[in-house]
Amino acid sequence: MTNAYVPFLSQIKEIIRHTEIEYTFRMHYEGAVKPGQFFEVSVPKFGEAPISVSGIGEDYVDLTIRKVGKVTNEVFENQEGKSLFMRGPYGNGFQISDYEGKELVIVAGGTGVSPVKGVIDYFGNHPEKVKSMKVIAGFKSPKDILFKDDIKRWEKQMDLTVTVDAAEEPGYRVGLVTKYIPDLTFEQKENVAAIVVGPPIMMKFAVEELKKREICDEQIWISQERKMCCGLGKCGHCRMGDAYICLDGPVFRYTDGKKLVD
Amino acid sequence: MGNLWNRKALDVLLENLKKDYDVYAPKRWRGDGCYSDTDTIRYGRIDSFDEIVWNAKSDYSFKEALLPISDTILYFTENATQIPDDKKPRLIFLRACEINALKRLDDIYLNNGPEDYYYKRIREKAKFVLIGCSQSFDSCFCVSMNTNRTENFDAYCHRTKEGDLYLEFSDSALASYTEGIQVPEAVQEIQYVTENEEVVPVPENLPADIAGSQVWKEYAGRCIGCGRCNFVCPTCTCFTMQDIFYKDNENAGERRRVWASCQVDGYTDMAGGISFRKDQGERMRFKVLHKVYNYKNRFGYHMCVGCGRCENVCPEYISYIECLHKLSKIGGNEND
Repeated sequence: MTNAYVPFLSQIKEIIRHTEIEYTFRMHYEGAVKPGQFFEVSVPKFGEAPISVSGIGEDYVDLTIRKVGKVTNEVFENQEGKSLFMRGPYGNGFQISDYEGKELVIVAGGTGVSPVKGVIDYFGNHPEKVKSMKVIAGFKSPKDILFKDDIKRWEKQMDLTVTVDAAEEPGYRVGLVTKYIPDLTFEQKENVAAIVVGPPIMMKFAVEELKKREICDEQIWISQERKMCCGLGKCGHCRMGDAYICLDGPVFRYTDGKKLVD
Repeated sequence: MGNLWNRKALDVLLENLKKDYDVYAPKRWRGDGCYSDTDTIRYGRIDSFDEIVWNAKSDYSFKEALLPISDTILYFTENATQIPDDKKPRLIFLRACEINALKRLDDIYLNNGPEDYYYKRIREKAKFVLIGCSQSFDSCFCVSMNTNRTENFDAYCHRTKEGDLYLEFSDSALASYTEGIQVPEAVQEIQYVTENEEVVPVPENLPADIAGSQVWKEYAGRCIGCGRCNFVCPTCTCFTMQDIFYKDNENAGERRRVWASCQVDGYTDMAGGISFRKDQGERMRFKVLHKVYNYKNRFGYHMCVGCGRCENVCPEYISYIECLHKLSKIGGNEND
């Protein structure tokens, strides 16, 4: 009988510092994993926290972590070469085949870029597998922008819009992600697939804007973030209506996602 | 066919059972009630059949005999983890509604995602003795929920009018503990409740937008979010992970899972400050709809077993039964 609660030790291969409170921890991991899935990362005696996979390599997964709580504060005390406890991956993740051949639109806000970053990377490296790819990524302010090195690469690979809610200095696009949805151009509306990930309020309004563009529910995917203590469908904290976000999600096609009530 | 057991014979039987089992049953805890000078009846390990409370509904359900309020799942020392040793098998005395609740616990812990290691290892070895119900207790509505009967037990018992225990074994392994004890044979009917004072209409046709109903509004002001309804419920299974370290050695500690309540602040809090269902009315809706709507959509039958404990325990006299009446006015009732 396997005990899914027992974590394994994983070495920190590299730490990529995005902002003062947001680092990507590149963790040693060999095994099947999909973008949008998550791991329970733990520091013994402090606790566990669910962290989504923000990048996938042959022998690693990237976990982009914001220092905002008891566990993550402790995670930030670690350097390259040290180890963290992990268990997972959990959740359904994004199914790449859902987006192949599509005019793919990705709208992501803040740390919401993390779960969808694996999808952006995949199609960025395999542009022949999508009809087109447009990415709108929003952050609060210039100092909150994540994945700056990746953004440089993405700019060459796809139609990328990086925007900030507000900026004191010039040189940044300013405005909410929803501002850029009306300007999106599509060749064939029926062939559009849209992924929206971010804070609940951002997802709500981004979906509304997409629907104004006649993109229908089944063409939209969202990813939900909830409290996930166990990741195994037991602890109950992540349940929304009939669904357990850790098992049935976190990725939902909007036809199902719109029915979820907190 | 069963046997009639007097006190002396039961003492011998319990000694035999205790070699291999921790025997759990509803016991009276004097002075432990919520109000001064009141008792509480909840599950605990028994050392004598005299400790078992036969003639009342326990305030807390059987679930803590399988799922402790706080359960250590890992020990840490530096970078090593260790799983706690297996517990002694348990023999649990419980009523028909609770054996029905056991099916719900099984579905969450064994069939909702991967199997739960800790639940499975205690569940696999546990044996269950059905206590017959000669009467329906205050706020019981098992008949409405169709949980008044069960066939899933290893033994059956009830107290006879003469004060003996009528005991019938269906599990041969358990029956072997009676060997050598002389007790008269008897045939008595299994006692099931067939009528409750409370007849509760089960809302079977709730509309998909029931979460947005005005019904929930009144609970916003009335519920104080104490979570007692969850803790007494035999079907509530939520827990929170909790890490601790020892004061005398900070390098060592443990990870526990502790009962959680969807009615209490903090249940949905995520690091970074986002939380959901801040209003008690929304929390009441979340709980009630799980019992009679969402769970059924997932597993095909209702979660609530109609034990009425949440009704009995609420310090604000919020009636779950009344809530179901209101819902069935909105959502019809298959019995109508």
